[in-house]
Amino acid sequence: MVLELQKPRPIWQIMFSTHHTDVGLLYLITSLAFMFMGGALALLLRVELFSPGVQIIADSMTYNRIFTVHGTTLIFLFILPSASAFGNYLVPIMVRFKDMAYPKLNAVAFWMIPPAGALIWLGFADFTWYAYPTYSVISAPGPAADMWIFGLKILGVSSILGSINFVVTIMKCKHPDLPLSKMPLLAWAYLTSSLITLVAVPTFAAALLMLLTDRLGASGFFNPAMGGDPIAYQHLFWFTFHPEVYILVIPAIGFMYEIFPRFSRKPIFSHSSGVAAFTLLTIVGFASWAHHMYATGMSFTEKTVFMVGTLAAVPASAMHTFNFLATMWGGRIKFATPIMWAVGGIALFFSAGAGGVVNSAMPLDFITHDSYWVVGHFHLFVMGTILFGTVGFVYYFFPYVTGRMYSEVLGKVHFILSFVGTVLVFFTQHILGLFGMPRRIYDYPPIPEWVQMNIIISIGAFIIGIGMAIFLVNLIWSSAKGKPADMDDPFGLGGKYYFPYQAKNPSH
Amino acid sequence: MSGHSTWPEWVYVGVVIALLCYVGAEAWNIERIIEHVPEDAEIIKVTGQQWIWTFEHEDGTKEIGELHVEKGKAYKFEITSKDVIHSFNIHDYVVLLDAVPGRVNTVWFSPTDVGEFDIQCREYCGLIHYNMRGTLIVEDKGA
Ligand code: HEM
Ligand SMILES: [Cu+2]
Ligand SMILES: [Cu+2]
Repeated sequence: MVLELQKPRPIWQIMFSTHHTDVGLLYLITSLAFMFMGGALALLLRVELFSPGVQIIADSMTYNRIFTVHGTTLIFLFILPSASAFGNYLVPIMVRFKDMAYPKLNAVAFWMIPPAGALIWLGFADFTWYAYPTYSVISAPGPAADMWIFGLKILGVSSILGSINFVVTIMKCKHPDLPLSKMPLLAWAYLTSSLITLVAVPTFAAALLMLLTDRLGASGFFNPAMGGDPIAYQHLFWFTFHPEVYILVIPAIGFMYEIFPRFSRKPIFSHSSGVAAFTLLTIVGFASWAHHMYATGMSFTEKTVFMVGTLAAVPASAMHTFNFLATMWGGRIKFATPIMWAVGGIALFFSAGAGGVVNSAMPLDFITHDSYWVVGHFHLFVMGTILFGTVGFVYYFFPYVTGRMYSEVLGKVHFILSFVGTVLVFFTQHILGLFGMPRRIYDYPPIPEWVQMNIIISIGAFIIGIGMAIFLVNLIWSSAKGKPADMDDPFGLGGKYYFPYQAKNPSH
Repeated sequence: MSGHSTWPEWVYVGVVIALLCYVGAEAWNIERIIEHVPEDAEIIKVTGQQWIWTFEHEDGTKEIGELHVEKGKAYKFEITSKDVIHSFNIHDYVVLLDAVPGRVNTVWFSPTDVGEFDIQCREYCGLIHYNMRGTLIVEDKGA
């Protein structure tokens, strides 16, 4: 596989390029930069929560702004762009086309991200990543809140454009000899997550406009003082963002479908089961959005409907887990860094799903909702599953992009620190939630159990932080000074396993 | 297919679905039972506002930040908000319901233990959300 960068070029040639691997590289660098920035904010939060009382953040408003920008950054400026990065590199190669279907549109979709990121970071809004009215309408300070709304608006358009491009590239530009059913599972991941984006995201785009006009006083969609209903916003929001969690997780599952067979030196256990699970999730994922809203005062019937809808989506995730394990079963596994991340990812994915089932069972959700349990739950996905899959894939991809090998030792140390840290932080947060600590609080009373668990969580977070610092060093140092990779088989897996797709891109 | 058998996957998926059905049915049944409000429940009006809780008993007495109730009695909370969304939470009794402006949400409970319990806000509501706390005081009038 030839991914260009090995012949150095001036940076502006990459920036103004519309070639899919260049756009992919831009996405990759941007998303990793935002990962480190968002992660740094999390460490500030953990220092503050280390014990009761004021530690380093002077006032609650600053704290609230930090967790808002932390969440917004990692979801929209790290996970989504990092998925687009690898999609840009690989989807055209996997469907055997010379580029994305609309290369200019592709570059436009990327270049919407930096200004959106700037709006979010320069504004530093405080109303959490979901901006519920009426707080966001009558109480959240501007112009930060308005800048956040514009930033998200831009990101929404960007991800719609990117998704159109993936769908068209796959459906219209796929090589005629390659039937859809035989297409690699990672390409299936992009097809399904892009379809979800196209159905789900416009709803939030509309809600954001309504929020903005409400803030301006021109309308009262969500403001009861003007005859509106704040709960309506929550429905619009979660109609987008429950499916969005699948948009986030599906590409990471796709990465694992690349990593496991490669490093197990064995074909995927069942390609058709993977396709079925992706397709199932795409459809059923739309039936569960209001499981975030049990406590808003929904009727028994509504709650039941959304509980059933949520549970119905679980088997699809369970099928992936099975497929991964069955693929490794009996394989000649080479435990290089990428597969370690993927294995850790499945373990955490499984735990996260089990916690999710607890949330969806309605009487139990009244214990867990809006407590630290929920923070633990979704971080096991966004960090434990998605970041683990993505980082594993970054290691896997490193030689193809840079022509050099990363340091295997540092990669493994990074993995171990991250895995231990993740377990310490997010499992403990589940328990802390059961002890009743609400999320999104700047300070807390000195309840002994809360204090102890917060210390454990903060220590875990620092361990993750050390791992990430090692990652950064590894990335920078190895891309400049790492030992040159054997481009025919960088991981020494045996030629036919390392990259099964037609490697050369015809236009280059 | 690549020549291996697929039945282990079907068995596995079957087990997962069976477990989910069990969880769903059990949850449905328990929720149905606990949502049934006793006839004699006394009404307490709960109002959230940035960043305090106020309570009004049936006899008109009002309390701020503190709520006195009697052990063994049933109470029905009618919860609303004056400004933004809050969430009324007595964690020890699994009372959790949003206080939404323009709506009244109801939930009931019956205290079983004498003592003091924390009341807190569980939905982000701005500057002092972290300290929008109160105390539930359960007394035993019979003894
Ligand atoms: C087995 C699959 C899953 C189930 C059964 C499940 C269930 C739930 C439920 C019921 C809640 C609401 C909890 C509450 O607020 O009280 C929830 C919250 C959440 N879940 Fe999941 N979930 C699943 C998968 C995922 C995945 C794959 C992701 C992300 C990649 C995810 C991300 C989230 C997020 C972000 C929240 C909290 C949002 C917030 O309140 O800020 N979940 N989940
Ligand atoms: Cu959800
Ligand atoms: Cu609050």
